[in-house]
Amino acid sequence: MTLYSLLFYLLAIIILASTVMAVTRRNLVHAIIYLVVSFFGSAMLFYLLGAPFLAAIEVIIYAGAIMILFLFIVMMIDVDRHKERLFPIRQCLPAIIFGLVYAAVGLMVTFGHSGSKASMPIAVATPNAFGRFVFEHHWLAVEIVSLLLLVALIGALYLGRLKIEKSAAAGKETP
Amino acid sequence: MNVPLTHLLTLAGGLFFIGIWCAVTRRNLIMVMLGIEIMLNAAALAFVGASLRWQQMEGQAVALFVLAIAAAEVSVGLALIICIYRRYRTLDPAKVQ
Repeated sequence: MTLYSLLFYLLAIIILASTVMAVTRRNLVHAIIYLVVSFFGSAMLFYLLGAPFLAAIEVIIYAGAIMILFLFIVMMIDVDRHKERLFPIRQCLPAIIFGLVYAAVGLMVTFGHSGSKASMPIAVATPNAFGRFVFEHHWLAVEIVSLLLLVALIGALYLGRLKIEKSAAAGKETP
Repeated sequence: MNVPLTHLLTLAGGLFFIGIWCAVTRRNLIMVMLGIEIMLNAAALAFVGASLRWQQMEGQAVALFVLAIAAAEVSVGLALIICIYRRYRTLDPAKVQ
């Protein structure tokens, strides 16, 4: 067992454990902090798999931006946190059905293909080569994704503004 | 790196399963969004592993787009959650009608 595979299994254990801890927390802030740990582990795994640019992006966007956004929302909204029953029986049935179907398909894909049993080589895609590849072969997808981000920005702004205008109008009417 | 792709796919599958379980069973809209995030992250992990296994950079490019889509989805989803909370004063999806 080489150092790389040792690191891989260590990171896998950290990611799975912290994700399970995140999913089973009652307190939302604790869940989000555990998930940040999980995403840091995924970033290190990306680095181990030869994608340093994606590792940096994972830390900056996932752990940095998205999780902090969640944290802001949780702190903005005062949730009654002790009322929720964890994993109620009624919702476990669809979860089990989804899980069984998914596990069957996943096992078929994972172990059915002979090419997946060979061990992975060591390779690194430098950010330079990666950027060159993306903009040479997938420039249209980059444009579409940037348009999608713009649409998401406008949509989020619209959803956030609607209520303020209404409350401002209501505030004008009442006095 | 002496790890077969099977082990990485198993890890990604386990993460995806945790995400599905979280999104389906938790009765809190924020936890549902967190489950979707976990699933997207697992998909990106599988893509990067496959890109290493076959020495193609396509997988990494798709993982980059997965990250961008996750960012877009979170911004709109959290704005929707704020709207729902302002209107119904609850985050329980069963009580929102």
